[in-house]
Amino acid sequence: MTVASTSSTSASPSASPATSASGESLLSLRGLSKTFDLSPPLLNRMIERKGKSFLRAVDGLDIDIPRGTTFSLVGESGCGKSTVAKLVVGLHAATRGKIRFDGTDLTGLHASARGAYRQRIQMIFQDPYASLNPRWRVRDIIAEPLRSFSITSGRAEEQREVGRLLEMVGLSAQDGDKFPHQFSGGQRQRISIARAISSKPDFLVCDEPTSALDVSVQSQVLNLMRDLQAELGLTYLFISHDLAVVDFMSDYVGVMYLGRLVEAGPAQRIFEAPEHPYTRLLMDTVPDITMARRDRVPVTGEVPNPITPPPGCSFNPRCPLASDICRAQSPELVAREGGTRVACHAVTGADGSSGRPAGAAHSPGARARGVA
Amino acid sequence: MTAQSNTSPLLAVRDLSICFDTRHGPLRAVDGITFDLAPGEILGMVGESGAGKSLTGTAITGLLERPGRIDRGEIRFEGQRIDNLPAEAMRRLRGRKIGAIFQDPLTSLNPLMTVGQQLIQTIRTHMNLSREAARRRAIEFLSEVGIPAPDARIDQYPHQFSGGMRQRVVIALALCAEPSLVIADEPTTALDVSIQAQILDLLKRMCREHGAAVILVTHDMGVIAETADRVAVMYSGRVVEIGPVEKVVRAPHHPYTKGLMQSIPRIGSNAERLTQIDGAMPRLTDLPEGCAFHPRCPRAFDACRAAKPAPVPVEGGAVACHLYQGEPA
Repeated sequence: MTVASTSSTSASPSASPATSASGESLLSLRGLSKTFDLSPPLLNRMIERKGKSFLRAVDGLDIDIPRGTTFSLVGESGCGKSTVAKLVVGLHAATRGKIRFDGTDLTGLHASARGAYRQRIQMIFQDPYASLNPRWRVRDIIAEPLRSFSITSGRAEEQREVGRLLEMVGLSAQDGDKFPHQFSGGQRQRISIARAISSKPDFLVCDEPTSALDVSVQSQVLNLMRDLQAELGLTYLFISHDLAVVDFMSDYVGVMYLGRLVEAGPAQRIFEAPEHPYTRLLMDTVPDITMARRDRVPVTGEVPNPITPPPGCSFNPRCPLASDICRAQSPELVAREGGTRVACHAVTGADGSSGRPAGAAHSPGARARGVA
Repeated sequence: MTAQSNTSPLLAVRDLSICFDTRHGPLRAVDGITFDLAPGEILGMVGESGAGKSLTGTAITGLLERPGRIDRGEIRFEGQRIDNLPAEAMRRLRGRKIGAIFQDPLTSLNPLMTVGQQLIQTIRTHMNLSREAARRRAIEFLSEVGIPAPDARIDQYPHQFSGGMRQRVVIALALCAEPSLVIADEPTTALDVSIQAQILDLLKRMCREHGAAVILVTHDMGVIAETADRVAVMYSGRVVEIGPVEKVVRAPHHPYTKGLMQSIPRIGSNAERLTQIDGAMPRLTDLPEGCAFHPRCPRAFDACRAAKPAPVPVEGGAVACHLYQGEPA
């Protein structure tokens, strides 16, 4: 696990992410929020005397991803991790906050100006059966970004480049003549990867890229992704619910629960000494093939409805450490020893004097709460 | 295939083959699998998609649909052959003696009936109980599977339950007629990890308390390691290795099982690379000659390309691999 460029991010416990990593992080999210309006039509609301209802899918996210590293977001379904992926690639517009990519805030850009960044930010999707057009030959699938960004000139050069990309992901140049249905799931995911890197991006958003694959194939794809990262200097935002996969892939990890970051920091530190009770719960529920913990007691409770989250810390109904303050007040991320940030009253409260809210000064938007 | 002569098996599958007739000829999806299941035992069936694990479960429940058919072998349940039973006799057996839990708890419940109606219907179909007694039993089961306020929630519809709660209802439904065998096909694949642990624990506890044996079909070796007593590893329609779960997990014999175990990422291993098995499982339309795994196998030799290996007994189980042919048991 390479934790090369962490020295400045994790130097002092009081360092906020904005000041420490602004010089070298390729992607910085500041107070990023996405709220979906789920209200019924006006007439229904008047008849039923109901207010508007909102789903806060992502709520004040602060993340820095240094160039050439992998940042993973983990969490259960509905925690907002895929929404973050869509916000970063521009498939959703942010409600609040900033997405700073290589120094430029993408949220403020006009659609036409954003085009240049689409070439540099590409995405790999979860389902390789749904993300490749079944009626297109593989070479056209991979060549589409080359054409739309005018990367190659002329058909011969385009075909050479497609062949080179196919070989790079472990397929052969002749495979370009085939259709997606002639490939297995793992090979299709290789095609998705070839398409994603064809526009020579420096940033890849990978939303559960191996969840649809069998284990023996998953390891092939994960190895390939790490090789490509080393070879091309790619930066990954990696989204997964599988902690073992995240541990293998990541330099940094952010754990999300109901739209908020509950713990974030260097992967090694978080996997060795998870602090937030939810992170510990997640680690504890990973099925253990060594059979060492066969008789452990499973954690109770489920993720609450995100439309009506509990007051205070949204994890409090399931938390073994919950106290009165957890039910009243939502905790802020506090910088901890080892370069991590944790949002938990029980963890940071005991020695609360040592840490101050990390990044709070830089994300005033994240403080605004109480949407109707 | 396994040494279980001490008790008579609850389920005995012998040389079971399942075939799909297509325009291009028959495709053999399950090819001669043999195993026993003891009463109360949890047998895990693990394999990649298309290995035939779900089809095996489907054949045992008698839900195999055309063009799929059993073209060889037999399935005996409590000593009686069930693979050739008429549909009506099989329907009575299913639910009463053999319960089923499927992957997606949303599609395996009827969205137009309350949870209580579905439970009561199942209980009354299979047991001679009055409506009131059946309702009391349904409430008991809901509370047993950990649904809070069962006497209120029994009158709710499936969409009013969360994914984890729905899967609890499905477990109650599968067990409410006290079957002696439950086929659980990827029961936790659609659930989040923190819920998965709860459901596996519940499934294990319920089956132990009600004395039901389980065939747990999954692609997740972690789930098997946590839950099963024995495990059958399937590849390309055949059982390549079967044995006690701790033996198969800690000291696998078959090169495929070895590769599979090593390719699972583990937390804290700090590995730079994962072990990978190159290639993919062959398609049914172009199965290689001999052992189906030989094109991916690091230890393949001439015999592997020539003939399909027969299962050879190894400590507590069996392995189908030419490497172990001719070795003393």
